[in-house]
Amino acid sequence: MGLLLAIVVWGITLAMSIPFVTQTWWMPEPITALGREIDGAFMFTLVFTGVIFLLAQAALGYAVWRFGRQSDEPASDSHGNTRLEILWTFAAAAIFVGLALYGYTVWAETRFIDHKSMVQTEDRLVVEVTGQQFVWNMRYTGEDNEFGPTDISLIDDAAGNPVGVDRSGPGGADDIMVPEMRVPVNKDVEVVLKSKDVLHNFFVPELRIKLDTVPGLVGKLAFKAEKEGKYEIVCSELCGLGHYKMRSFLHVVSQEEYDAWIAEQASYVF
Amino acid sequence: MTEVQVSPEVAEYTEVHRHPEPKSFLSKWIFSVDHKVIGIQYLLLAIVAVFVGMGLSLLVRLRLIMPETPIPLLGALFPVGAPDGVMTPEFYLAMLTMHGTVMVFMVLTTAPQGGFGNYILPIQIGAADMAFPRLNMLSFWCTFVSFLLLMAAFFVEGGAPMSGWTGYPPLSAVPEATVQGIGQDLWIASIAVFCIASLLAALNFIVTTLDLRAKGLTMMRLPLTCWTWFVTAILGLLAFGVLLAAGVLLLLDRNVGTSFFVPAGLVVSDKVIDHSGGSPILWQHLFWFFGHPEVYIAILPGMGVTSHILATFARRTVFGYKAMVYAIAAIGILGFVVWGHHMFVSGMSPYSAFVFSILTMCIGVPSAIKTFNWIGTMWGGKIRFTSPMLYSIGFVSLFVSGGLSGIFLGQPTVDLYFHDTYFVVAHFHLIMGVAAIFGMFAGLTFWFPKMFGRFMDERLSKIHFWLTFTGVYAIFGPMHYLGMLPHPRRYAEITGVDYLTATSGAADLHLFITVSAILTMLVQFVFLYNFVYSLIKGRTCTEDNPWEATTLEWAISTPPPHDNFAGKVPHVYRGPYDFSLSGAKRDFAMQCNDDKAVYGPGSAAGD
Repeated sequence: MGLLLAIVVWGITLAMSIPFVTQTWWMPEPITALGREIDGAFMFTLVFTGVIFLLAQAALGYAVWRFGRQSDEPASDSHGNTRLEILWTFAAAAIFVGLALYGYTVWAETRFIDHKSMVQTEDRLVVEVTGQQFVWNMRYTGEDNEFGPTDISLIDDAAGNPVGVDRSGPGGADDIMVPEMRVPVNKDVEVVLKSKDVLHNFFVPELRIKLDTVPGLVGKLAFKAEKEGKYEIVCSELCGLGHYKMRSFLHVVSQEEYDAWIAEQASYVF
Repeated sequence: MTEVQVSPEVAEYTEVHRHPEPKSFLSKWIFSVDHKVIGIQYLLLAIVAVFVGMGLSLLVRLRLIMPETPIPLLGALFPVGAPDGVMTPEFYLAMLTMHGTVMVFMVLTTAPQGGFGNYILPIQIGAADMAFPRLNMLSFWCTFVSFLLLMAAFFVEGGAPMSGWTGYPPLSAVPEATVQGIGQDLWIASIAVFCIASLLAALNFIVTTLDLRAKGLTMMRLPLTCWTWFVTAILGLLAFGVLLAAGVLLLLDRNVGTSFFVPAGLVVSDKVIDHSGGSPILWQHLFWFFGHPEVYIAILPGMGVTSHILATFARRTVFGYKAMVYAIAAIGILGFVVWGHHMFVSGMSPYSAFVFSILTMCIGVPSAIKTFNWIGTMWGGKIRFTSPMLYSIGFVSLFVSGGLSGIFLGQPTVDLYFHDTYFVVAHFHLIMGVAAIFGMFAGLTFWFPKMFGRFMDERLSKIHFWLTFTGVYAIFGPMHYLGMLPHPRRYAEITGVDYLTATSGAADLHLFITVSAILTMLVQFVFLYNFVYSLIKGRTCTEDNPWEATTLEWAISTPPPHDNFAGKVPHVYRGPYDFSLSGAKRDFAMQCNDDKAVYGPGSAAGD
């Protein structure tokens, strides 16, 4: 029975690991420098935990097989081995804490360093994203590079004013509201995240960034997409019955295409 | 009162006062203050709950592979949630929410601690009962009321809540945001009553362990099962109070118009909601301050049971007993300072992620120590492949598999991609779901003969083990791959997102998982049959110590008499896992055996 159990444990271990090696079901290609760094942290973790996974399951199977055989040898009466105990405590601590520290630098770059420099970049593009059950609303500043004030009493989904932009005041007149996000390639983009009703989550798998939109709070993300294309924005926080279909698109396009598009949008504003 | 013989294993004992046995059916079996009866009551509640929870997951799995196909009978049962047998997305979410709530609270919290802990802990420490038997009864009946409140949520207008087992506001706090009404209130009430029950139980366990141990049973001679029940109780004492407070605040937000968790300026479907100044993130902090220790509340007793059973059937002492105790304590302490890793993408300060991440990774260390020591316990042993042993070995394998995916999620950068995807679903189901449940299977097959005087059918248990062990891997293994795609969790179907419907393989993986799940669920009826059949017709167990084990529950008659030791509490002479001592007469020495009994009179060690 020991051998059978060992074979089953080893078999399951291999079966679970193989798709991670062949990358049968895998992440889409990242389209940012940070995305590649995050993938680096992932691969680093995958290799370390993968080795531990294989060794631990192999040892478990081996112990069950080797010491499950019928023999006349009495069981060992050793109570443990302090040296071994200290050794594996420190080995585990080194690996796990090492991984945490390795991840720190990437986290810092994701949420602090680049973000800070990007916020300071004057010619960055700022897009305000407001989640609501079950659509995304994207707001662009228009020509004045300034978001107009909003007022919840002005909110009117049917009239095309889902976030209640005050069209009469300064800054608001040329604000553009669109359902999908369009940004130029290789451009610093700051995303300002808001929610009208419940929690949502702004997630673009290819960007490797994810943040809840929280009513009452303003969240900020930054990215610089390096590859043109159409990417999905999927809601990743339970927001109600339409959660599964709350998505939008991020179009990364050339600067010319973006300019032409934004000009066309602006023409709709009175 | 029947006179009970003291087991010949007991070298010496202390006479203590005996309590009269209850006479009426009601005081003996229903409103019993006997910890053994209460333990069985908890176990039966958990068995009912686990089949309810399993049924809910069946609906969840079915909708994921065939969202449009009508399911017979379902339309009649839930005319609103599943008109003509086709589940609506909100019904899917309600089933998901109730599955999580039933499993986490009514199964994973009740059975390992309330069930096995209640039954076994007093006997293993040589006590006649828990420290506060009436409080114990109150704990169970509060839990029962909590279960009824939760079940009632299915049958009220609007049906069961759909905000997930985590109940994040504003979705859970603002009725306008969902189709549900009073179902969510019942959910909160159920959780609140459950918290009260668990707080009372926690106090009882702590006092019992500290105060009622037999003579000679020092803390460092406690069986590891008792250590895990003790630490679990401390976690429960500190965690459930916070959830209780959070639940009360959420109930006030919903019904009285307070704004603890709901900010100002909320607009739901063009309608302004009258609230001001609350924070949805506050709920997440309070919830996960409970929620993370809760993971250990579910899994720690399973760890204890596994250590106990591996030693017993490998005929080896637990490798590194002291290290195991320290690891249990370390997991308990660290478990309280890592709740933020559930909130890396919640919008809380990104600085806090540094602290939460490093502390989270530190939990890997005691977990690794435990795994090494489990393998070390079997190393050099003479393994007996009984069904409890198989389940315990399965526990170790599942603990490793489920634990290591936590290393990904504990790093905020990697979590950015995997947060709220099926990768997380795979992770917590493997570790706090099925690993913990394997601990329960192990415990049940192990203690069943002591509890009921009959063995569970070994052949059926083994069939159940093989099919369930491979089955759960077939269910939760592929969920990691769904997470890679990345498939967000809590999606009623995959038609709303393009990259999941194309050639991603998500549909195939879902089909594979659902088929595996259905087969594995069917196998659980083998277990249920085995349980019921063995209760009535199982092979009788007349011996006190059928497994040749060492702890005190095996030094009393089977099934245990009223008052456990019939007023004669044995003295304890040794640690809990003295197996295969060199020079000993047998390959095990019970805790109540003195050296003379172990080595024979006149032997060097016996003098």
